[in-house]
Amino acid sequence: MADKREITVTINGQAQTAEVETRTNLADFLRHELELTGTHVGCEHGVCGACTVLVDGAAVRSCLMLAVQADGHEVTSVEGLAAADGTLHPVQEAFWKNHGLQCGFCTPGMVISVAAFLKDNPNPTEADVRSAISGNICRCTGYQGIVAAALEAAETMRQEG
Amino acid sequence: MKPGPFTYHDPTSVDDAVALLAGHEDVKLLAGGQSLMPMLNMRFVVPDHVIDLNGVADMSGIADTGDALAIGAMTRQCDLASSEIVAARAPILREALSFVGHFQTRNRGTIGGSLCHLDPAAEQPTVAAAYDAELTIVGPEGTREVAFAEWPLAYMMANLAPDELLTQIRFPYWQEAHGAAFVEFARRHGDFAIIGVAALLAVEDGKITRASVAVGGADVQPLRLADVETMLVGAAPGDAVFAEAGAMARKIDAMSDAYVTTQYRQRLAGVLVERALAQAASRATGGE
Repeated sequence: MADKREITVTINGQAQTAEVETRTNLADFLRHELELTGTHVGCEHGVCGACTVLVDGAAVRSCLMLAVQADGHEVTSVEGLAAADGTLHPVQEAFWKNHGLQCGFCTPGMVISVAAFLKDNPNPTEADVRSAISGNICRCTGYQGIVAAALEAAETMRQEG
Repeated sequence: MKPGPFTYHDPTSVDDAVALLAGHEDVKLLAGGQSLMPMLNMRFVVPDHVIDLNGVADMSGIADTGDALAIGAMTRQCDLASSEIVAARAPILREALSFVGHFQTRNRGTIGGSLCHLDPAAEQPTVAAAYDAELTIVGPEGTREVAFAEWPLAYMMANLAPDELLTQIRFPYWQEAHGAAFVEFARRHGDFAIIGVAALLAVEDGKITRASVAVGGADVQPLRLADVETMLVGAAPGDAVFAEAGAMARKIDAMSDAYVTTQYRQRLAGVLVERALAQAASRATGGE
């Protein structure tokens, strides 16, 4: 018989309660149970970074966490980055301006990773940015637009304080 | 690719975790999940029970006990990397952690998880080998201590019975004035090392008085280079003696796989041992 638990997770500011099979990973919980399909699932073994979300503010691979482990915690997915009125997060804005995406598959993980990185490193060099996104694989852009976007977002976020 | 069905347990104390281990067959302990979760997702492992240690109290934390750095097995790599105690007392551990995966995986990954998983190329076991780390194991019979030299039994197999768990790792301080360095080479940043080297050197009055050199990624477990260490002690630190150490390191037992030959691993071990020793010696004498 399937092993199930009722969990309550605060997702993008809203408490959500659901019954999950304990073997469900957090990425599948977000996508299949909550229909938050912004979080993308690529490799499912922690290499590609597409599924990156924030758990209690820290960027993690949602495919490498069980949903049941998020019980009582706060999760921010890419849907939670923009303001309620639709104003884009500075990182999203910069990705849009700098052609930081092409097919868009890696973008949710890239945006979350860059947002988390810039929160702790407001004044990065290009080398710092490249190191920070080394755990997120993009097969389209050659990373040039992504790096430019991250640097511009850093500047915007510094100005906004 | 999804985990097979299992029963999930989330104990809140070490005693409860040990009792759960004793009461069930075919169990995997879940620490940070950065190795076990991929293996579950790909069904390389299909355990009947998963015991999650993330809610267990008193299994994480970093303490300076005066003669050792004591680290709870569930301490996350991100917390070790940002710890002032680690930076002050065992900076080589922080240096090694910068090579461990990516910041997103270090936010979950734990030192105890890495030591139990025991990937041959992992950085934390290599540092533990260089430091002669001491491990505390808890099981139904109580607590036992294991020296890191006795920890790896075989390829990715730790000296840990199915009903036991690792609770603490201690890095005994070197009392001598010393320097340490961790260097590695990997195809891409964040990949497992092809070769990683941890070196500690104590230098007094222009002579090496104590040396420790560990190589990860070469063989099925981290190797201590006892012959290199013996040769170094008593010698004056310098390019000639480090080149000789590198030449000796090239004779190391090394694996071969589809990507990297034995000869390449041996050559890399020689180069990196030489570099690590030079950097450790420089740091021992106040340089960078």
